[in-house]
Amino acid sequence: MQTKKIINDGNRTVDEMLDGILAAHPRHLKSAEGSPRSIIARDGPRQGKVGLVIGGGSGHEPTFLGFVGKGLADAAAIGNVFASPPPDPILGCAKAASGGAGVLFMYGNYAGDVMNFDMAAEMAAMDDIEVRTVLTTDDVASAPRDQRQKRRGVAGNFFIFKAAGAACDRMLSFDECERIARKANDHTFTMGVALSPCSLPQTRRPNFEIGPDEMEIGMGIHGEPGIARGKLKTADEITDEMLDKIFAEMAPARGDKVAVLVNSLGSTPLMELYIMNRRVKQRLDDIGVSVHATWVGNYCTSLEMAGASVTLMHLDAELQTMLDHPCDCAMFRAG
Amino acid sequence: MTSIDAADLKRMFDAIAVAIEADKDRLCQLDGVIGDADHGIAMALGFGAVRDALAPLELSATEPTVLLNTAAKSFLNAVGASSGPLYATAFMRGAAAVKGKATLAGADFIALLQAMAQGIQDRGKAEIGEKTMVDAWLPAAQAAAAAHASGKTVSESLAAALQAAERGAEATKDMIAAKGRSSRLGERSLGHIDPGAASAVTVIGAMRKSLG
Repeated sequence: MQTKKIINDGNRTVDEMLDGILAAHPRHLKSAEGSPRSIIARDGPRQGKVGLVIGGGSGHEPTFLGFVGKGLADAAAIGNVFASPPPDPILGCAKAASGGAGVLFMYGNYAGDVMNFDMAAEMAAMDDIEVRTVLTTDDVASAPRDQRQKRRGVAGNFFIFKAAGAACDRMLSFDECERIARKANDHTFTMGVALSPCSLPQTRRPNFEIGPDEMEIGMGIHGEPGIARGKLKTADEITDEMLDKIFAEMAPARGDKVAVLVNSLGSTPLMELYIMNRRVKQRLDDIGVSVHATWVGNYCTSLEMAGASVTLMHLDAELQTMLDHPCDCAMFRAG
Repeated sequence: MTSIDAADLKRMFDAIAVAIEADKDRLCQLDGVIGDADHGIAMALGFGAVRDALAPLELSATEPTVLLNTAAKSFLNAVGASSGPLYATAFMRGAAAVKGKATLAGADFIALLQAMAQGIQDRGKAEIGEKTMVDAWLPAAQAAAAAHASGKTVSESLAAALQAAERGAEATKDMIAAKGRSSRLGERSLGHIDPGAASAVTVIGAMRKSLG
């Protein structure tokens, strides 16, 4: 049986979504001339500023294009559902974002994205745009600690892009923007849990099977199988399991500060996210770690998947400044 | 078939598009087990775009290289994903391998096939045994080259390529993924055929049928 979706044509979902987004946010967003899958900040790119280009597959909204705007990303390249964009729209973004000071490519660490963004970077070099790439690898569940460079980028993208976008907006040098972007990634840790699958608009079939009483810890944001499947537990038990893994990596000390993101994978409601956040705060209080800022809601989704992720960014003064830096995007504002 | 021209190559791409479309659901299901369930969609989208891009070409005035580059660009821009850069690179390398030729002799076509497989390997940086489409494409190209070197026709060489691709794809069941999305699964990828290797068999099978 096919899943129920409010769509017209499974092959047109991304383009029709983009039409709707541009209609809703004309003050923030436009598409690049001749490149409808390159979404550009109206008030972002400028001379002398390092450009920030993000991007990836669709189906994770508001990631990526919701974080395009002044103070955050200058442009986002939009792929098909769960598929990397091809090089052309990425190149369109690089051209629009370039202010002569270099362009940072930032995106989640997936084989397809790496190939397409690398091809676009080669093409940009031929147009005399210098591109550097910082991959996000915040998903603690996706590879062992000693193989951090193999990990996936998931909801922690939000913090990492935010910090890098602030560095770019503050007109820091290319070297500094890259350094802060890498540091933001190194300081960001995410764990997810999935309760029920999502379905692609083209197939409208659940993209994995999971029992009615089961959950899967560590599942990826495209439904990639995680690290362990088990019986559904309580919110506190699930949150504890995630935090134990994150704490083991982050090694927080008493007096440290973090930023918290409790993110829905799509259909898990705010009620459940706030129940999880309550436990996150209790656990942080227990170890004497203070919360500088908390975001709860849909930040990096997986279509209609049920489940959630918890992300902590381990803050120092610099990263805190970057998170506090104002930004004004179509789907996110700060400061 | 003694020589292959642009019209033959177009018919080959049309045949691949039909075969992949028919295989789309199976490929998505294979991908759903160890990936994100969209491989069949991406492949059908890509070869559908190739078919549409080749349709308006004036074939009598088109060199194989131009046709292959058109296929590469249309596949890439329709798909992105992993299969986009991999197949686009395959077609572009194939195009470079037969540059300047109006028609392809048997040896040219074998060179094209080898360039395609090498392009896939170079772009994805995968080795044999890492549970990717390389496990089907590389042995297929090698088998075709060996068959042709021993005096076999293009048709017989493609039959050898298909057999080798099938064996290679089947062998991915016993491999632990080391590249691509399923590599994060570790041993949980064991027992499942790699969807990229499975679709390579479908592509090579359609090539054999069309050119055989």
